[in-house]
Amino acid sequence: EPLDFTRAPQFSTGEEKTPFKDVIRYNNFYEFGTGKDDPAKYAESMSVDPWSVIVDGECGKPGTYALEDLLRPHDYEERVYRLRCVEAWSMVIPWVGVPLADVVKRLEPTSKAKYVYFETLEDPEQMRGQQSIFSTIDWPYREGLRMDEAMNELAFLAVGLYGKALPKQNGAPIRLVLPWKYGFKSIKSIVRIRFQETRPKTTWERIAPSEYGFYANVNPEVDHPRWSQKRERRLPSGLLSPNWIETEKFNGYGEQVAGLYKGMDLRKFY
Amino acid sequence: MAPKCGGAARVPLAGGGAGIFASYVVGWGYVSGAVGPDPGQIITEALGLAAFQLLLATLAMTPLRRWTGWGGWLRVRRMLGLFAFFYAVLHVLAFLQFILGWSDLWATFTKRPYIIAGAVAFLCLVPLAVTSPVSAMRRLGPYWKRLHKLIYLAVGVAWVHFLWQARSDLGEMVMYGLLLAILLGVRAIGQAGPVWSLLKRADIG
Repeated sequence: EPLDFTRAPQFSTGEEKTPFKDVIRYNNFYEFGTGKDDPAKYAESMSVDPWSVIVDGECGKPGTYALEDLLRPHDYEERVYRLRCVEAWSMVIPWVGVPLADVVKRLEPTSKAKYVYFETLEDPEQMRGQQSIFSTIDWPYREGLRMDEAMNELAFLAVGLYGKALPKQNGAPIRLVLPWKYGFKSIKSIVRIRFQETRPKTTWERIAPSEYGFYANVNPEVDHPRWSQKRERRLPSGLLSPNWIETEKFNGYGEQVAGLYKGMDLRKFY
Repeated sequence: MAPKCGGAARVPLAGGGAGIFASYVVGWGYVSGAVGPDPGQIITEALGLAAFQLLLATLAMTPLRRWTGWGGWLRVRRMLGLFAFFYAVLHVLAFLQFILGWSDLWATFTKRPYIIAGAVAFLCLVPLAVTSPVSAMRRLGPYWKRLHKLIYLAVGVAWVHFLWQARSDLGEMVMYGLLLAILLGVRAIGQAGPVWSLLKRADIG
């Protein structure tokens, strides 16, 4: 059903948007299989209503929140963000949701909260990709942010895209959107938010630490060991005229986020 | 091992038909938009997997002949091998055109292990394709068979090429690996047969 929201032009790009049909049929969501079309084919088996999110760790308002209660005090806004996948393709997507910082503040993290940790639903019965005995992922899918990254104005909790509630394959009913980081950081179908003092080990960091770092900021100067990150195919891309564009540092959001990483060697903290 | 020529005309005919069908499927998939918003990636992957599957099918022909006793399998073997090569050529071209756009070639082929594995597999197939005509087979005599053992290296390295790309779910490649192990295993047993009987004879002697 359509959502109520206001537009946030200061957080939007005028670039051509990736069509809705492509956003919902081509993505990674390994809980439903490793093929790009697997999420669209199999995510229907996930039940997203009712949905609750466990909040725990170093904060003043821990508890199990019904999704409506977690979101109710906030107004939805629409932001058009670039999404850059580590596999060197990218999209432009109009998301609907709330700033992550607003939700985090309400949960009252303590001074010990240095990191925020997120978890995706784990339920092999609803998620066929979690049934595979050959998967190297130790479910559930885990992600994390440094506290100042989570409080950055760009960090967004999305509940919809193209003005409607999130399709299941795109991470319904609530997901993260971090446009300056590679797509896998933007964790889908969140069931846990935990504030902690130590840095969480994220899913891809656990599988291949030499390929996927904790920060995973978009950076054309640091290649993935298996492919170059200098360019990306903006989707939809043609066969005979591939839609190549140069990848920008922080995916073009350096003005908002570069300060977070001042003094850090981004070749080391990739 | 040289295939007989009788009825051989039907083989290229069937092969051509299969090729046209494959091009039709890929072509229609593209035109109708069914391959999705990133057609270069999808088509490159599909061509590579088809080449690998055809290589496995090629390897299955010798054991099939042994089990069924029908010599026709060997005639099909050459055709399948050439088709594997044909798809591998298309896969390499698709990779260069759609994925690389002919840029970054040096880094790609020197720094990235899975690409190097793929390139090695492809280079192994070139002499096999070149020496596939009966005339080459005659000219090379006993060396032909030795040369064509390169297919074992090609298919093994091709499997590694895929395995290194499987990012989190190894299931599919484990399955192909089992299939490959079976295909190579039955050959080893076939080779061990005469050795075994020799050993037994030696024992008795």
